[in-house]
Amino acid sequence: MSSENLAREVRELCLRLCHKHRASHIGGAYSVADILAVLYQDILEFHPEDAGWEGRDRLFYSKGHACTALYAVLEKKGFFQNLLEEFSVDGTYFTSHVNHHIPGVELSTGSLGHALGVACGTALAGKTLGKSWKSFAILSDGELDEGSNWEAFLFAPQQKLTNLCAVIDYNKIQSFGRIAEVLDLEPLADKLRAFRWQCLEVDGHDHQALRQALGDFKTGKTPGPLALVCHTIKGKGVSFMENQLAWHYKSPNDAQLEQGLKELAAHA
Amino acid sequence: MRSTFLSTLLDVAKHNDKIFLLCGDLGYSVLEPFAAAFPQRFLNVGIAEQNMIAVASGLAKEGYNVFVYSLGNFPTLRCLEQIRYDVCYHNLSVKVVAVGGGYSYGPLGTSHHTTEDFGVLRTLPRMRVAAPGDPHETAAITRYYGSLAGPGYLRLNKTGEFCVHPQSLEPVGPTTYCLKKGKTTAVLANGSMLQDVFQDPRFELNQWALFSVPFVKPMDLDWLVGLAQEFEELISLEEHQLSCGFGSALAEGLMDLYSQGKISRVPRLKRVAIPDVFVEHSGSQAYLKATVGLKL
Amino acid sequence: MNSPLKPWGKQIDARSLRRTILQMAWAGGSVHLGSSFSLVELVAVLYQHFIRLNWADRNDDARDILALSKGHGVMALYACFREFGWLNDADIQGYFSPKNHLKGLSSAHVPGIEVSGGSLGHGITVSTGMALASKLKGSDRRVFALLGDGEMNEGSVWESLLFAAHHQLNRLFVIVDSNRFQAMGESSLILNMGSLKQKFEAFGFEVIEVDGHNVADLQNAFERLVTSTDPRPKALVAHTIKGKGVSFMENNNDWHYLRLTEETYQAALGELSP
Repeated sequence: MSSENLAREVRELCLRLCHKHRASHIGGAYSVADILAVLYQDILEFHPEDAGWEGRDRLFYSKGHACTALYAVLEKKGFFQNLLEEFSVDGTYFTSHVNHHIPGVELSTGSLGHALGVACGTALAGKTLGKSWKSFAILSDGELDEGSNWEAFLFAPQQKLTNLCAVIDYNKIQSFGRIAEVLDLEPLADKLRAFRWQCLEVDGHDHQALRQALGDFKTGKTPGPLALVCHTIKGKGVSFMENQLAWHYKSPNDAQLEQGLKELAAHA
Repeated sequence: MRSTFLSTLLDVAKHNDKIFLLCGDLGYSVLEPFAAAFPQRFLNVGIAEQNMIAVASGLAKEGYNVFVYSLGNFPTLRCLEQIRYDVCYHNLSVKVVAVGGGYSYGPLGTSHHTTEDFGVLRTLPRMRVAAPGDPHETAAITRYYGSLAGPGYLRLNKTGEFCVHPQSLEPVGPTTYCLKKGKTTAVLANGSMLQDVFQDPRFELNQWALFSVPFVKPMDLDWLVGLAQEFEELISLEEHQLSCGFGSALAEGLMDLYSQGKISRVPRLKRVAIPDVFVEHSGSQAYLKATVGLKL
Repeated sequence: MNSPLKPWGKQIDARSLRRTILQMAWAGGSVHLGSSFSLVELVAVLYQHFIRLNWADRNDDARDILALSKGHGVMALYACFREFGWLNDADIQGYFSPKNHLKGLSSAHVPGIEVSGGSLGHGITVSTGMALASKLKGSDRRVFALLGDGEMNEGSVWESLLFAAHHQLNRLFVIVDSNRFQAMGESSLILNMGSLKQKFEAFGFEVIEVDGHNVADLQNAFERLVTSTDPRPKALVAHTIKGKGVSFMENNNDWHYLRLTEETYQAALGELSP
C-alpha cells in the first residue's frame, strides 16, 4: 500500500469513528494524517504482532486529543482490529485521548507538553545504551505555548540527541482560535534554530517531501535533534472541515459522513 | 541525611546498573561523588523541573530506575502534573527526592519551605510518600526505593541529623519502628520531628511510647489496629501543614478501621502540625518550628 | 504636570553597594554573594536613572516596577535600599537572622520588593501580568524584570516571553544578568543557552547586548530601550561576571554557596574599600 492510500483509509476511519461515537478533534486528526501515514508506511520499524519489540522506533504522540488518527493508523497497520466497535466504549482502553494500554501506543497523552520531554528521556536512554532505534515526538502547534516543551527544546541539543526528531503539526489553529490571534508562534523556525535544533520546514501533506525529510533522519543523513515543522491544514481532506475551528469540536452527522466519504474516495 | 542518601545510592548503583540520577541544578557539594562514579548514569538537566520529570519518565520506560533530586517544592509541586500523569499513571520507576523538607531551609524564605508536599503527593495513586527521621531510616528507604518498581517520594531534611536508631535497618519498605515502650499515650513522629522528640525534656519525663513512622503512605493499618487497642491517646508530629499530611492519614486510617468494625474504639488523636499558615519571616528550622508550635 | 515620580537621581556607587552586600553576607553568614555581585551595576543604573518612584510614597500606584526574578540576588537590592534610607544599619546587620524580615531570598513583604522570588521563573511571569495591566490602562509605567541566565532554563520564562511578544508589551523590559554560571557550575556544561540575543529576537523582542559592568554603556542601552518607539517588548542581555568586584570570587562558582570567613571577609573588604 502507498502512504497516500493509507492516509486516505485513515481519514475514512477517523470520519466513521467520529460519526459513530460522536467524537471530537477530527480537524487535528486530519492535519496529522499524512504525517502518520508516511511514518508508519515508510519510516518506522515496528512489529504489530509484537508491539513492545525492543528494537522498534519509539513514537510519542503528544497531541493525544487527535487520538482517532493514531488509533486508525495502528489499526490499519495491524496492531488491533476492533477500533470502530470499541472506540470510547465503556470498559475498553480506547479513551479519546491516546492510552498506553493500547498496543502500539508508547505514552498516554492528552495533557499537552508532556511527550517531547519523555521522548528526550527515551532518546537519552537509547543513546546511553547504544541502541539504533529512533525516538519521534509528534507535537501540535498549540501546545508549543507550554513551557515544558521549551525546557525540552533546550535539553535535547545539550545532550546531543541525534536520535530524536520532533514533528510539529503546524495547522495554525488551537482550541480557541487561530494561533496568530491567541499566542503567535512566528517566527517558529527561527525560535527552534535559536534553540540549536536542526529545523526543516515541509508541506505536511506532501508525502514525497515528508518521506524525504523523515527518511534522511531515520537513516542518519540528517542528524537530530531535528525539528520538522510541517505546514498543515486543519481538517485537510474534507472541504467543509478545512481551516474550520469548529471541527476541533464537532462530530459529523449522517449527511456530513456521506459527503466526507465521497470527497475522500474521490482522492483515491 | 542528604549525604547518607547519596552514599547509599552510590552503593546501590554499584550493584544495580539501572540506577540513574537526575538533578535540577541543585545538589552542589552533595551529588558530585555519584557523577564521578557513574558519569553515564548522572545528569544535571538544568533548572527545568517539568522536563526533568518527563526525561526521568522516558529513561524509566527504557528500564532505568530514576532518582530525581532537587529542592523541596521544585521536583514536587512545580511539576506535579508530570508526576501524576507521566510517572504515576504509567507506573514508572521514578523516585522523587526532595532535600530541604519542612523548614530546613528556613532562612531562605517561603519559597524554600516544603510544607505541603505530603498532601499533594499522597493523593496520587501508586505513589509512596516517605520522610525518614534519621540517617539509618534514610539509608533503608533509599535501598528499598532502589529495588522498587514504580513511583516513590523521599523527603529529606538537610544535614547534621543524629542517628536515633542504634544500628542500620533492613530495607523492608513501609514500616514503623517502636523506639520506646510506654503506656496510655503513644507519640508518633514523622521525619525530622523524630529528632526533636528525642531532645524534648517532656518526653523523658513521661511514660509515653514512641514510634517513628517514616511512611505517610502507605499506612500500615495492622499497626494502627494495635495502637488503637493499646493506647488511649496518640500524638502525631510532622513538619507539614495540618491538612492532608501525616496526622490526617492517621485520622483517616483510624476512622476507616472503626467504620469497618476492625477497631471498637478510636483513641484521642492530637495532631501536631503547621496550623494552615505560611511563615513569612526569616528563621532557622528550630526557630520556625517553634513559631508554628511544632512540639510535644 | 509635576509628577512626583522620578528616579533616585543621585549617584549610586557600585563599590559602596558591594560593600553593603559583603557586610550583609558576613553578618548573616549567608550565601549567594557571587549572584548578588554580578548585578550591582545593573540595579545601580536602573535606580539612579530609570526606575521612577514617588520617594514620598513607596506604594504610589503609578510607580515603575523592578521585579527581581532571580530572588537569590536580593542583597543587591537591599544595598540600594540602604542608600535610599529605606533600610538602616541594624536591618543590614540583622540580615538572615531569626525574626528578621530580610530573608535570604526576595520576599514581597519587604517594602520596596515588588515580587517574591526564590523559586525561579516566577518573577518574570508576574511582571508580564503587571505589564499587561499597565498596557490595558494606557499607563506609561515601566516594568523591569531582572532574571539570571540560569533561570532561563525554566519553561515558565519562555511562556512569558511568548505572551509578552504576542501582546506587544513594549513597556516590559526583560533584563538578563548573564554571568554564565548557575548553581552547579558553568551553564554551557549544564544547559547551554546559546545566544540569548538570538533567542529574544526569535521570540519577538527588541534586544540589546551590553557589558553589564560598564555603567555608561548600561545607561546608554537603557536610554535607547526606554525611548524606543518599537512596539515589541524589550530585552537587555547584560554580560556580567559572577562575583564581580572581588578578585578571588570572580568567575568562581563556589561563591554561589560559600560563606565568608574572617579571612575572606577582610580580604574582600580590602578590595572593596573606598
